[in-house]
Amino acid sequence: MSEAILAAEGLSKSFGAEAKRVTALDQVSLRARAGVVTGLIGPDAAGKTTFMRLAAGLLTPDAGRIAVLGLDATRDALKVQALLGYMPQRFGLYEDLSVQENLDLYADLQGVPRADRAPRYAELMHMTGLAPFMQRLAGRLSGGMKQKLGLACTLVRAPRLLLLDEPTVGVDPVSRRELWAIVDRLVRAEGMSVLLSTAYLDEAERCAEVILLHEGRVLDQGPPAKVSARTTGRVWAVTRPGTRSRDLQAQLEGRPGIVDALVQGEHVRVVTAAAELPAAIVDDKSIVVRAVPPRFEDGFIDMLRSRQPAAQHGTAAAAAADAAPPRTDNHDIVIRVEGVRRRFGDFWAVDGVDFQIRRGEIFGLLGANGAGKTTTFRMLCGLLPATAGRLEVAGLDLRHAAAAARQRVGYMSQKFSLYGILSVAQNLDFFASAYGLNGAARRTRIDWALTEFELAEFAEQASADLPLGFKQRLAMACALMHEPEIIFLDEPTSGVDPLARREFWQRINALARRGVTVLVTTHFMEEAEYCDRLAIMAAGKILATDEPAAIKARARSAEHPEPSMEDAFIGLIERAAGSSA
Amino acid sequence: MSPARGGAAMRLSGLLRKEFLQIVRDPSGIAIAFLMPIFLLVLFGYGVSLDADHVPVALVADAPSQDSADFLAALQGSHYFVPRVAGSLPEAEQALREGAVKGIIHLSADFSRRLRQADGAPIQVLVNGVDANTARLVEGYVTGAWGAWLAAQSARRGQKLDMPVDLQPRIWFNSELKSRNYLVPGLVAIIMTLIGALLTALVMAREWERGTMEALMVTPASMSEVLLGKLGAYFILGTGGMLLTVGLAVWLFGVPLRGSFWLLWGCASLFLLAALGMGLTISTLARSQFVAGQIAIIATFLPAFLLSGFIFDIGSMPAVVQAITHLIVARYFVAIVQTLFLAGNVWSVILPNAAALALMAAIFLGITWRKSRKRLD
Repeated sequence: MSEAILAAEGLSKSFGAEAKRVTALDQVSLRARAGVVTGLIGPDAAGKTTFMRLAAGLLTPDAGRIAVLGLDATRDALKVQALLGYMPQRFGLYEDLSVQENLDLYADLQGVPRADRAPRYAELMHMTGLAPFMQRLAGRLSGGMKQKLGLACTLVRAPRLLLLDEPTVGVDPVSRRELWAIVDRLVRAEGMSVLLSTAYLDEAERCAEVILLHEGRVLDQGPPAKVSARTTGRVWAVTRPGTRSRDLQAQLEGRPGIVDALVQGEHVRVVTAAAELPAAIVDDKSIVVRAVPPRFEDGFIDMLRSRQPAAQHGTAAAAAADAAPPRTDNHDIVIRVEGVRRRFGDFWAVDGVDFQIRRGEIFGLLGANGAGKTTTFRMLCGLLPATAGRLEVAGLDLRHAAAAARQRVGYMSQKFSLYGILSVAQNLDFFASAYGLNGAARRTRIDWALTEFELAEFAEQASADLPLGFKQRLAMACALMHEPEIIFLDEPTSGVDPLARREFWQRINALARRGVTVLVTTHFMEEAEYCDRLAIMAAGKILATDEPAAIKARARSAEHPEPSMEDAFIGLIERAAGSSA
Repeated sequence: MSPARGGAAMRLSGLLRKEFLQIVRDPSGIAIAFLMPIFLLVLFGYGVSLDADHVPVALVADAPSQDSADFLAALQGSHYFVPRVAGSLPEAEQALREGAVKGIIHLSADFSRRLRQADGAPIQVLVNGVDANTARLVEGYVTGAWGAWLAAQSARRGQKLDMPVDLQPRIWFNSELKSRNYLVPGLVAIIMTLIGALLTALVMAREWERGTMEALMVTPASMSEVLLGKLGAYFILGTGGMLLTVGLAVWLFGVPLRGSFWLLWGCASLFLLAALGMGLTISTLARSQFVAGQIAIIATFLPAFLLSGFIFDIGSMPAVVQAITHLIVARYFVAIVQTLFLAGNVWSVILPNAAALALMAAIFLGITWRKSRKRLD
């Protein structure tokens, strides 16, 4: 084993005043090897950014020590900063400076001799593909290009250790792939050591070694295969001809002997507690089971579930799914979008979008930041008028009856839109009154929300202090106060941990089974598989609308016999770029 | 020392170039530094006047006579008043209530008779006290006009007016008593407060908001270099604003600059350092542009406007407020600019005030220095 380029021992850090003290890192000890990519894996609020900042000498630990390149990162912060490259999550690009000027600034700050700059710039621009944009203002670059420029600025002087804090958040899959190619190249060709944090579990498999961080503690550390290997022989692709994966998943989830059940397009991916199939699967003769190789996520979920008693996860959600009456057979079209366009200044954010959604359908809008998802959403909520085209929600034309349509729609925004200083009960009360519920009706719905979403024990707590997963539950409860027949979810799961995400999707499935129509945006390729149908958006246009399996099937080729949703997405984008060029 | 030392000049020049590019490309900075001075100068140079000029007044003579007509003519001859004759006192009072006139001069029925008696004739002056400033001015000017008219009357009749003291006022430094002449120099202080404190606090907060500060912090650049870059760029911008204001004051508004221009420049630089120090101190407290802007306006701009002696005379404030004004950096600079423009190089005024500016600059820059560390917690 090569030397440790970064080593933390008993590292603790907490923030805030006494009563509201939040522990970000709790007795963290870890080591990262030189010359490889080490992944710091965990959901939001796991302590990833705090760890990165401690390693960069930007924070002082409460206890413990952290050594970077053999130096104490806290005491010798300046020396450490001169040796490492650090790209914060929101990299500080100066948006009113051009690409060239940003590079010049960081080259000056890093003390790169002027003679060395031209070749280094050329190399970086070639690597990032930004060469044609040297004179463009950084503010005018796309999200993925900004991220690549941030990386280039961090690399103007080749650092020995590169710290990347969630470099792939909010970046489209194409840029994500390119960023990873750059990182791999740096490690291979320049022998650089990289510590990279991410909340995407599929990225863990690209790292030589991973550190699993959860609620400020290290769960495990080692090669990603070690985590996946936990579940070897316990992962299955399960189908039952004639049953939708979603319904099958609802039936299997939470049953004895089943650790995880996840919709994956045409089948359900099941992780069992033991190598033998449990009764829930064996007893159903019509179920078809096929063993599949384990993934990193299977091992991670297995690890998380083994740490908390099964009773704690999503029991109410599972019960809700069971109790749901069978879906109605009423399949009228409830949302109709025809030739909708929206312009901001001289920029078409949405440029001719058509789709229809049937009652009880889960419809996903998939696309990178800036693809036009949120704009489409706001138009459907009646918050933004369309420049052209026709929008119909629950049979009402939004041009004339936006307020009436809104009464039948529940909306949950990305930021959850809760009143942080109000308690859980007060938030529910407010949203109930905002939707015009009074007296007994209001009390009934609030009681329903507190029970259904398991929020009763937090009723008096300020919503700002809730863990992210509970905020998400509360936001959803608020959006459902008036029992809408349609619900819009704008990136509802970004940042929540994988367990909370599973629980959330169980609730969504239960709603859909009851005939509620769900429109959801996401940039998790994974989640796209949970939808009945998908529209893939890029640059304001829809590239494809179809069932997930069909979209994946289109990307099937000789070298990709089993393409993932990401492969399919990238294929569509490349084809669109090719046809427009 | 550390190898990072050698590149300090390169880092600083990189930071300065970045600041200037940002200033040039961001319209809001240019607006505060150059458009705001022009706007304020035009507003205070042309719009705001604390002088009475062509004030409408009503003259009511209960028994019109040659004397009352004569007095009316004297009022008409003065540029301070636009007199009009009202038929009766109620009619004049109505005009006062409507704001059509700012004051009433009432000559009683026995005006002509008592004018020729030994103790003279009284006149009644009614003013609208809602606008206290104008009311006091009208009262003073009417009294002055009345005195001048009486003297002229006596002279015509060949008799010497019996006055115990012969008052011959002579006004120094601002002989035309133009308020513009002391408002416009004071504006230099206001404009430099805007650029130094408000703009600097805003741009620092923006670095925090956009995450650029975190990226700067992990480069070998030290915090003092980052601060020096800001200080240098905005010092130059503030000097530009000052030169523009002084230039317009002298050439457009014809305000005399009796003291030394270089001395003014030197004192302005001291004040600018103090203002920049305030802006940077605020930015160590507030990391969002909204909060930084609020604090800068309440803690620097408004006091500079109200408590510096720019508009309101510090000597006529209550003792407590007068004591507070000693904490306002702008008061020392307003005293200097008003003296340098209108009176000249009066060292007994300039030296103590300049010393106070230097002390304030040292205090605020010192606080910034101590508070800014390369740490996020």
